Amino acid sequence: MSAAVDVSGTGRPRRLGKALPGALWALLLLTPAFVSLASVSFYPIVNGLYLSLTNTSLITQDQDFTGFANYVQLWGDAQFWNAWWHTMWFTLASTTLETVIGLGMALILCEAFKGRGLVRAAMLVPWAMPTVVTSKMFGWLFDGQNGIINYILLHAGLIEQNVNWYGSTQTAMTTIIIADVWKTTPFMALLLLTGLQTVPNSLIEAARMDGAKGWITFWYIRLPLLMPTLLIAGLFRALDAFRVFDLVYVLTGGGPADSTETLSTLSYKVLFSTLQFGYGAAVSTAMFVTEGIIALVFCLYLVRQIRRAQ
Amino acid sequence: MNDTRSPLQSIAIYLGALLILIWSAGPFLWQFSTSFQLDKALTSGSPSLIPSPFTLEHYYNAFVEKQLHRYVWNSLVVSLATTFLCLFVGSLAAFALSRLNIKGRFGILMVILSVSMFPQIALVGPLYLVASNLGLLDTYTALIITYLALGLPLVTWVLFGYFETLPREIDEAARMDGVSIPGLLWHIILPMSLPSLVTTGLLAFITAWNEFLFALAFTSNIDHQTIPVGIANFTNLYYVPWGDIAAASAVVTVPLIVLVLFFQRHIIEGLTQGGIKE
Repeated sequence: MSAAVDVSGTGRPRRLGKALPGALWALLLLTPAFVSLASVSFYPIVNGLYLSLTNTSLITQDQDFTGFANYVQLWGDAQFWNAWWHTMWFTLASTTLETVIGLGMALILCEAFKGRGLVRAAMLVPWAMPTVVTSKMFGWLFDGQNGIINYILLHAGLIEQNVNWYGSTQTAMTTIIIADVWKTTPFMALLLLTGLQTVPNSLIEAARMDGAKGWITFWYIRLPLLMPTLLIAGLFRALDAFRVFDLVYVLTGGGPADSTETLSTLSYKVLFSTLQFGYGAAVSTAMFVTEGIIALVFCLYLVRQIRRAQ
Repeated sequence: MNDTRSPLQSIAIYLGALLILIWSAGPFLWQFSTSFQLDKALTSGSPSLIPSPFTLEHYYNAFVEKQLHRYVWNSLVVSLATTFLCLFVGSLAAFALSRLNIKGRFGILMVILSVSMFPQIALVGPLYLVASNLGLLDTYTALIITYLALGLPLVTWVLFGYFETLPREIDEAARMDGVSIPGLLWHIILPMSLPSLVTTGLLAFITAWNEFLFALAFTSNIDHQTIPVGIANFTNLYYVPWGDIAAASAVVTVPLIVLVLFFQRHIIEGLTQGGIKE
């Protein structure tokens, strides 16, 4: 990760900026970006921390400091833990499926075949589509009565009667995971493909010469070399999956019977339906902390993997 | 390279490729086909991919009844403004980080990138209060300011990566000729970075075009709501108008897909550089 920066660090032009010293120019050019990120990203996080320690509500107009009262309430809030577990499950299931299926797709794309460009182009379709549209589209595909998925499964003899996919507590979360896997896997595959293409072909050729079978070259050469890419892509994906909102909010709204409620949809409801901005901030701060822990665990694992590889 | 491939392996590869193609394009093709079918045909119990009879009824409903064009207009205004602001602010920052002598620039880049990992739901409450206090609810401004910050990390990161690939000798030569620092960026670096600017611009545009959470929170009527909010609210009293939704989906997705396919190579390169390789 730091290699690129080290290389670019050499030969830095020293004599830039006659009228203004270089440092002043740097400050000037970075200011707009800093102002933007500070006001729209850092300020809300800090302000959210403060709000989570107050009983701010737009209904009662209260705004008093209450210490950790919100967090105490949060700890005993069954709805919060319900959403927390759903979010963790969603993150784990979708990230794992997307990484594994994405790797399979990348391995196929790695081979030369006619029409590869077409396939690769088509893979950007799910990524480019607005998530709200994906959500509505899956609403139609998985519709309990006239959905094409039910029709196909029924005629293939895989189910005996129409499944009420996202209308039943049994299958709603699974439907959302399928939608997310559909949307994100092809893109994941494209990321992994660029990683695979950096594995030197000579290594694989050499192994083949020595009589190694396809899966052996995969297991002992490609996979270990791909590991850092795989882990980083997985991390980015997990962090993104953890804040899932659009898909759930539009497809099920957290229902039926809270069976698909995630931390983002719960926060949104607490904020904008009950207008309890203090408690809502506590929910989203708890979410921020969980996300931080996921990132930390991933990074520690990544560092260990890289160390072991060296 | 592939002389060693057995017929069986070839078949497996083509089969896999076909599956990926169906996976990626199939659902949207079905959605597209749905948009041209009568409600009667959609609920008949025997779905067909070829619309028969063919109808534009759903497009009529989407535009005339649901006023889709007004959402499209709002989205265009917000997304284009966001794109240009992102490119402007992002290229200034990327240029400074790449070309000026800045201590700890790797740290700065990491901070900028980590910002894009913040859960957006944690930002929406406090920002709503600010927007409300400043009277910015139901304005384009609130959305544009927010989307600028959402798009900026990726834009800066990708542009920085591109600027780093431009040879430094060019800077030296320009400096010798007495070109100022803004002149170096404006007359030399930016014109050379056109392909990257197009890609990053497209990424910023897509981010803004597809964003839902903030648009949902900050706008409450059709005068400023963007497409995702419009489509999310596409419901009728007694049934879900799947055909109308499909038509609206096609209208807002097809242009995006065409753009993305047109620039696909640059997009994949740009994103992998931003997300993985560095």
